[in-house]
Amino acid sequence: MFGEYSIGDLGSIFVMQGFAGLILFSVYVLMALGLAIIFGQMGVINMAHGEFMILGAYVTWMTSNVFQSYLPGLFSGYFFLAMILAFLASGALGMLVEWVLIRHLYKRPLDTLLATWGLSLMLQQAYRSIFGAREVGVDLPQWMLGSLKVSDSIEVPINGVFVMGLTVLITMAVAYIMYKSRWGRQVRAVVQNRIMAGAVGINTAKVDRFTFALGCGIAGVAGSAFTMIGSTGPTSGQLYIVDTFLVVVFGGAASLLGTIASAFSISQTQSTLEFFMSGSMAKVLTLLAVVGILMLRPQGLFALKVRK
Amino acid sequence: MSDETSKGLQSPLRRKLLMGAAALPFISMLPRPSFGAGPATSVVNTTGLAVTDTEVTVGILHSATGTMAISETGSIQAEKLAIEQINAAGGVLGRKIKFIQEDGASDWPTFAEKAKKLLVNDKVAAIMGCWTSASRKAVLPVVEQYNGMLYYPTFYEGLEQSKNVIYTGQEATQQILAGLNWIAKEKGAKSFFFIGSDYIWPRTSNKIARKHVENVLKGKVVGEEYYALGSTQFNSVINKIKLTKPDVIFTDVVGGSNVAFYKQLKAAGVDLSKQALLTISVTEDEIDGIGGENIAGAYACMKYFQSLDNANNKAFVPAFKKLWGEKTVIGDVTQAGYLGPWLWKLTCEKAGSFDVDKIAAASPGIEFKEAPEGYVRIHENHHLWSKTRVGKAKLDGQFELIFETSDLVEPDPFPKGYQ
Amino acid sequence: MNDNRFTTRSELIGILVLAALLVVVLPLCLDVFRLNLVAKYLTYAFVALGLVICWGYGGILSLGQGVFFGLGGYCMAMFLKLEASSVANTKIQSTPGIPDFMDWNQITSLPLFWQPFHSLTFTIAAVILVPGLFALIIGAAMFKRRVGGTYFAIITQAVAAILTILIVGQQGYTGGINGMTDLRTLKGWDIRPDHAKVVLYFFEVGLLFVCIFIAQFIRHSKLGRILVAMRDQEDRVRFSGYSVANFKIFAFCVGAVFAAIGGAMFALQVGFMSPSFVGIVPSIEMVIYTAVGGRLSILGAVYGTMLVNFAKTSLSESFPELWLFGLGGLFIAVVLAFPNGLAGIWQDHVQPRIDRLISSRKPKSESGWTDNSVADGAPAE
Repeated sequence: MFGEYSIGDLGSIFVMQGFAGLILFSVYVLMALGLAIIFGQMGVINMAHGEFMILGAYVTWMTSNVFQSYLPGLFSGYFFLAMILAFLASGALGMLVEWVLIRHLYKRPLDTLLATWGLSLMLQQAYRSIFGAREVGVDLPQWMLGSLKVSDSIEVPINGVFVMGLTVLITMAVAYIMYKSRWGRQVRAVVQNRIMAGAVGINTAKVDRFTFALGCGIAGVAGSAFTMIGSTGPTSGQLYIVDTFLVVVFGGAASLLGTIASAFSISQTQSTLEFFMSGSMAKVLTLLAVVGILMLRPQGLFALKVRK
Repeated sequence: MSDETSKGLQSPLRRKLLMGAAALPFISMLPRPSFGAGPATSVVNTTGLAVTDTEVTVGILHSATGTMAISETGSIQAEKLAIEQINAAGGVLGRKIKFIQEDGASDWPTFAEKAKKLLVNDKVAAIMGCWTSASRKAVLPVVEQYNGMLYYPTFYEGLEQSKNVIYTGQEATQQILAGLNWIAKEKGAKSFFFIGSDYIWPRTSNKIARKHVENVLKGKVVGEEYYALGSTQFNSVINKIKLTKPDVIFTDVVGGSNVAFYKQLKAAGVDLSKQALLTISVTEDEIDGIGGENIAGAYACMKYFQSLDNANNKAFVPAFKKLWGEKTVIGDVTQAGYLGPWLWKLTCEKAGSFDVDKIAAASPGIEFKEAPEGYVRIHENHHLWSKTRVGKAKLDGQFELIFETSDLVEPDPFPKGYQ
Repeated sequence: MNDNRFTTRSELIGILVLAALLVVVLPLCLDVFRLNLVAKYLTYAFVALGLVICWGYGGILSLGQGVFFGLGGYCMAMFLKLEASSVANTKIQSTPGIPDFMDWNQITSLPLFWQPFHSLTFTIAAVILVPGLFALIIGAAMFKRRVGGTYFAIITQAVAAILTILIVGQQGYTGGINGMTDLRTLKGWDIRPDHAKVVLYFFEVGLLFVCIFIAQFIRHSKLGRILVAMRDQEDRVRFSGYSVANFKIFAFCVGAVFAAIGGAMFALQVGFMSPSFVGIVPSIEMVIYTAVGGRLSILGAVYGTMLVNFAKTSLSESFPELWLFGLGGLFIAVVLAFPNGLAGIWQDHVQPRIDRLISSRKPKSESGWTDNSVADGAPAE
């Protein structure tokens, strides 16, 4: 299929295809980070993760509307505020959900799955009642649109660069919080031995609540970032949930590095395959490969524990 | 005021429609038009339908919940508006239309189940409903088995014809061919890249488009890609488009994927004012989500645009907005939904009956001169004769009419040479 | 508490009550339309029953039961579709005699894997064997490596997603997102008219009781007790010398085959099959039927399925917006407040009162968290 193209064309296409893979990679990392914390660290299967993302997207949409109506002069910078608000809103909802629902279920991980699935249905309907069934489009400030021309045939989408930058930033922040901060040490202590952690004076209930809220808050930021590339509707969140879980499980649930490595390999596989075959077949093959590898190596790429 | 309106109700249909529309907000204050002056029930209803001396019941069957609610809400609104206007204008055969609304919940078996309920339990005289091909395919055996009448509003893939269905949207050849001819001539287009969602309508439409490009326009299809419904990652296919440099990108991506596709296209630096793009899946409804700035400059091939400049549409758009809010937009399918109740009313009056067999027989040749899209007529194959139009998307989310066929295009659900 | 008996006395009463309800009361009280709805609900009851075995007893939560429901349904639908696509019925096509969706996708001859579905015998075997083998492969791959719990749930979910995309994408062979519609006759017998629906209903109820008896048998056999032991203390069972993986595979396969039978009955009852039953959403919904009925209760699964679906139909008729809130709330309530579902409520609140009313001649009162503690019955509607 390459015979008819010049070397220059092919070169730039490979560069851009690699870039497309990187964008997909960033999307997967953003989706999976929050879940890696909640599922990987706490063992809670949060099926409503997608809905927390969409909450962030709706918050972004509302912020953009407010800026357009009241502060048009500052519109070009609204996105940063929107992301912070998205983090706070999803985090607050996460905290509430943990308090009402999740904390009763830590000993029954499969039941958290059912309960959070119920929660996701309710949230979807709530979004539909509040924001309407139609998808909403978020207006972006002018500087985020369009692309950077690197050479004649290589163009790099600005929002892609933005998402990638954001991903790096958040990943570093999460890594710092989890592995360097005092609070992160508490979280890991609770994960490894809840009773002992309690005995040495860590308030395990509080740690649980903030960990869950942090995971949900990151989902909110991810949702906010996705308004740049995707659509926001009441059921958009459901589209992401399977991919997200696979990324986390494939990476080995408790490992942050694993999540990143797995997001990288899945996204590169998918975007390379997409170039040679139709999008839906590429998706099927990628998922099949992931499931196949998981059958051979159930602990994932970087595993700590998987056996019951 | 009320006197004037009552008089208006007795004047010819066209005025009735206009006055009915203008009077909508006042309807609740008016004495209801008196019903019951029509022919005897035993005459107009010999098959046990839900028809009384004063009322006739129809069903509305769309998704009010689930993923398809986004698209189907417009059809529900249009059908309710039409029914309200018909009632304000004296009803059908002297009877007021009562409707029973059922929710298909974006789930095809639910559609079949609810259609059966409407026909068997509620004995509705007609069903206005369905949107996706899948829901229609699920409902079709039911309306055929229980001999109901379905008015189906969506543009669709063709390859179907039923005594029990009136297709008020356009079938594939009606929608596509004239648009391809136009863009080939206007832009001198020779190479086309097809991208669609992965299901029957885009695949069939692209099949027809490919045959037309290759055999009639003597052009070339340089790529044909399908993405699963709901996909949001299009960067790879956009790279392929950049590599193959087609004269025209021809798209039938649907639903939420649309938003992602056009945003990413724009972000990848594809300038739609230079790169011709012809879509058959984006109406004003979709632009609402996509955002005008992401799609401005693209061409859409439809039979109706909200911006159409004719007297019918000028009455229809304000009436619609008055009922459903200033901010609502009206897309191609919404308008086709609006045609359903009116065509049914006109057919009932021609047949002098609500009986489904008589309606089916009387349908061919029914004309609706007040259609917002202009003038439509029902063909022997139960599809509509209608024009094909090409519009150019503007920043404000509306389309600017660029081209329309001079004559009505004949519906041809089983096109020879395209299968 | 002699578990070697096929059923205990109170279980037998429960089964008889259910039989009376399904065979006598419902057909007498409901018109054909509503009875057909019940028949549709009952096809899901097969799935719920399978989940009681593999989730309730085996502790294996599968979020991919839609896969097996779909495979069974598609096998049946392929047979029916071939029969409906006789040359006489499909004259209008460019290639008569093949299913309409193939014709639309420029397929000009029947694909090889469709050929055997001309035979009803083969089809019935396929309904059982295709999902059974598929479950065997997945189960063997997963359980032999001791993958369980949440990981298994997520992987089955991915399988459901893959199969859905595959069916939708290969529409020339599968009918795509439209599914296989317009199924008409079974060996020349028209399945569409009302009297056929009634016959199919009774046939289905019969099959359901066969499955209930199989489930009862499994539960009261040694096998069932090993399953429960395994669920509660997997390591101890393993140390006692049992092959835990094989028992899990068996339970998973039984669940899959039950689901497949439900799917095949669905294709017959409703007259079509579509990928919308294969995906993640329907699969999880099927789990909730079991959870509402009580994950340990065989009869509860049937009642739970009927109750949830009945609520869904009536709520979505009158308050479509409220339905999702209702369903979501049901999930949460069942998990938080009633982990043993309807059967648990019956067991804890209703049965003691009945026992008090009839001065009980029962041999022993059953209590505690053993396998047959909550399965004795469920409230009649």
